[in-house]
Amino acid sequence: MASDAVTIPSSTRLPQEAEGTWLETLHGWVTTVDHKRLGLMYIGLALVFLLIGGVEATIMRIQLAVPHAHFVSPQVFNRMFTMHGTTMIFFVAMPILFGFANYLVPLMIGARDMAFPRLNAWSFWMAAFGGLLLYFSFIGGDGLYGAGSAPDVGWWAYAPLTSPAFSKGHSTDYWTIALLVSGFGSIGTAINILTTTLSMRCRGMTLGKMPLFAWLNLVMSGMVLIVISPLTAAQIMLMIDRYLGGHFFDTQAGGSATIWMHFFWIFGHPEVYVLVIPAFAFVSEIVPVFSRKAIFGYPVMVAATVGIGFISMSVWAHHMFTIGMTSYGNAFFVATTMAISVPTGIKIFNWLGTMWGGKIRYATPMVFCLGFLFQFLIAGLTGIMLAAAPWDWQLSGSYFVVAHFHYVIVGGILFALFGAFYYWYPKMTGRMLDEVLGKWHFWLFLIGFHLTFDFMHIPGILGMPRRIYTYEPGRGWEGWNMIVTIGVIFQAAAVLLFVANLVRSYFKGAPAGNDPWDAWTLEWSTSSPPPAYNFAVPPEVKSRRPLWDLKHPEDPDWKYE
Amino acid sequence: MMLKSKLRHALQIVFAVASPVPVASAVRWGPPSSSTSIFAPASTPANSIFGLSLFVLLITGVIFVIVGSLLVYAAVRFRKRASDDGREPPQVYGSNQLELAWTVIPVLIVVVLFLTTARIIHAIQDAREPSNALEVTVVGHQFWWEYRYPKYGFVTANELHVPVSEPQSPTPTFLSLLSADTDHSFWVPRLAGKTDLIPNHPNNTWIDPHKTGLYLGQCAQYCGTQHAKMLLRVYVQPRADFDRWVRLQQQQSSPVNAQMNQEAAEGRRVFEGTACINCHAVRGTVADGRFGPDLTHLMSRDTIAAGAAPNTPENLRLWIQNPEAIKPGSLMPAMNLSDQDFDRLAAYLLTLR
Repeated sequence: MASDAVTIPSSTRLPQEAEGTWLETLHGWVTTVDHKRLGLMYIGLALVFLLIGGVEATIMRIQLAVPHAHFVSPQVFNRMFTMHGTTMIFFVAMPILFGFANYLVPLMIGARDMAFPRLNAWSFWMAAFGGLLLYFSFIGGDGLYGAGSAPDVGWWAYAPLTSPAFSKGHSTDYWTIALLVSGFGSIGTAINILTTTLSMRCRGMTLGKMPLFAWLNLVMSGMVLIVISPLTAAQIMLMIDRYLGGHFFDTQAGGSATIWMHFFWIFGHPEVYVLVIPAFAFVSEIVPVFSRKAIFGYPVMVAATVGIGFISMSVWAHHMFTIGMTSYGNAFFVATTMAISVPTGIKIFNWLGTMWGGKIRYATPMVFCLGFLFQFLIAGLTGIMLAAAPWDWQLSGSYFVVAHFHYVIVGGILFALFGAFYYWYPKMTGRMLDEVLGKWHFWLFLIGFHLTFDFMHIPGILGMPRRIYTYEPGRGWEGWNMIVTIGVIFQAAAVLLFVANLVRSYFKGAPAGNDPWDAWTLEWSTSSPPPAYNFAVPPEVKSRRPLWDLKHPEDPDWKYE
Repeated sequence: MMLKSKLRHALQIVFAVASPVPVASAVRWGPPSSSTSIFAPASTPANSIFGLSLFVLLITGVIFVIVGSLLVYAAVRFRKRASDDGREPPQVYGSNQLELAWTVIPVLIVVVLFLTTARIIHAIQDAREPSNALEVTVVGHQFWWEYRYPKYGFVTANELHVPVSEPQSPTPTFLSLLSADTDHSFWVPRLAGKTDLIPNHPNNTWIDPHKTGLYLGQCAQYCGTQHAKMLLRVYVQPRADFDRWVRLQQQQSSPVNAQMNQEAAEGRRVFEGTACINCHAVRGTVADGRFGPDLTHLMSRDTIAAGAAPNTPENLRLWIQNPEAIKPGSLMPAMNLSDQDFDRLAAYLLTLR
């Protein structure tokens, strides 16, 4: 009866056939509570901020290409790295991953929409409002009339640099309130995804049959719920310090600078996993489909993810090895940090096991995932180096760390994200992204990425600290910094090519059909783009790969699960 | 044609997985002359860290080679071939033995890494301070370093002098780290890992440089606008030279004699009659400000503005006239004096030997 379970509706409506005036269309988007439209709006918002954050990074790299450069002042440079970090984490990575989760989770579990569609819309608009507030600081930040200035306290905003004594005007306030507001949105989304995955799955889909994508986003949401709260609390405490005469972090009045660090990093480190687990989710869907094999070790993958979720809550102080904790405190965080490499390693081996014995098709999504696997391996290994606390005393706060976490975020998460774009864009728009442009995008970005972030490790080892707007010649840093900057050109070209591909393919791409990749999860059983109601008939599944069962009635998965 | 596309395909895969390995390249290409390389240790803490880092590099390197090779092998060996029959490959859902293997083996590696790391943490962090150790209090300021030598009773700035520590009879230097304002971090890579200077949170670290010479570093925790030019200079001297330096620093600077140097005497009047003394101290005069560097023996220092510029008469004059030209965003204000007064002031400062 499986063939009845996954009904394939006949309509293959293409997006440009949408009717109504542009005003009606705009109204439709602004007032929407549809998870697919909200998902696309999250992704669109994040892409805009990605370009802005990229420009900020480029400004920094131009300044650092040679020693003693005068491209920007120290004040501007400090704003650039603060805004770059804040933007990329809170207004690119989080919204774009929420966007994909929003769009795909209900489709993959055969649901009509998210559990709380209005909360969903509210969450999106909070994120957008937060981003707007952050950037309004360029106009209203300084507090003096006519003089704008963006936040310049670094993206982790260590106390007491944020106290009124050292950060005058309103730039830090914009930073604080932007994170507060978008944090509320993130908590809303987390509640929504949790509830949706736990209670809206279609008939037959037990938790053990839920696609890994949904599982991983379930874990991510649980983490967001737990870790955004301390950040929110800390932001409120900072506001109390700045406006109500509080002294939580005011060291001049006996407050504690280290308490802020703890609050920030109990959010900040799990946040890395909040971002990387959705990237794992993309890879866990794309690698099996393009290797033509079921995911290797599904139960272990789920267990490893849950394990990462728990352990990640106990590693935060490895960001603080240099603040003078006791040797026992340091040793504890060495142990937990190294322990988390075990479940992470399991995941890499399972993806490898999925590829093993398959017939791998190197379409653009898979090529990006291969890049992810390779770079994430290196990022994990440099992570172990940083976990060895004494070595971290040397590497912490240096360009080695900057290279390491960009290896995670760009080499890992962004590569997986690009793969996800090529993989699901056909579902979202009804049209394929251009494969030739896609390969160009991949190679240019790969070259740029490795030029920039491989060579960025070296000045760190040679003693170059991060967050400096210029540096002394003769320390062996200058050549490496030039190579790092040259890599930016390739990355920028690749991203522009990608944006061009997104726009061009929307109008001229080859029609995708329902299931262009011959895939196995429920989203491919409905039309591309899916109708507002998602499924004409509520689907029913018997295994983790309902479309495999449909396509291979002689050898269905449910016999083995 | 087919061969060519196959070749291109294979090349694509090889390149996708075989980009340069960052760390190994650094070890090989890092200029040995770099005075701030963490791989050129010259003191016990930096040396133990170097040893640990080689051990960790070895283990992670082996993991990289094994897993990376498996990845390349799988990517090439299991690619869909042109001769493919179009059938799906056999479906394998997992293997308990394999899962167990790639859980247990990493756990064992982690245990070894943890124990090694814990030993080095203990060795460096819990080292006992010998009775003959030199004690220096380091105070981080926006954006310069204050060094107090409590035993010798003087204060200096930006250039730390310590005696060399012979391995046979070690004379290490123990540093207490304080901050007057925001967070800073004391990092001289060849001597030790960094330790933060945090207000209301006193920290400690120690060094025992084995060789004389100048060791460079800089503030490694973002502390505000001019974080970049908060440079560290550690002068490691033979014991006799160090003792001579201490004796010099303990003296007051010789008073300016109007007969000897009319311009400098005028300069002293300018110095003591303007806001200079709110922030700066010159021992033996009315100037006892503590907000900026102690200037008692300013001319015994090689650099000004926390290492941002060589201590030449021209730079000194530029620094008091227009600090923004040397270090934009520093807290040293431009003094708005007449050109003549700047000349006098500079002449006075040049007498602070």
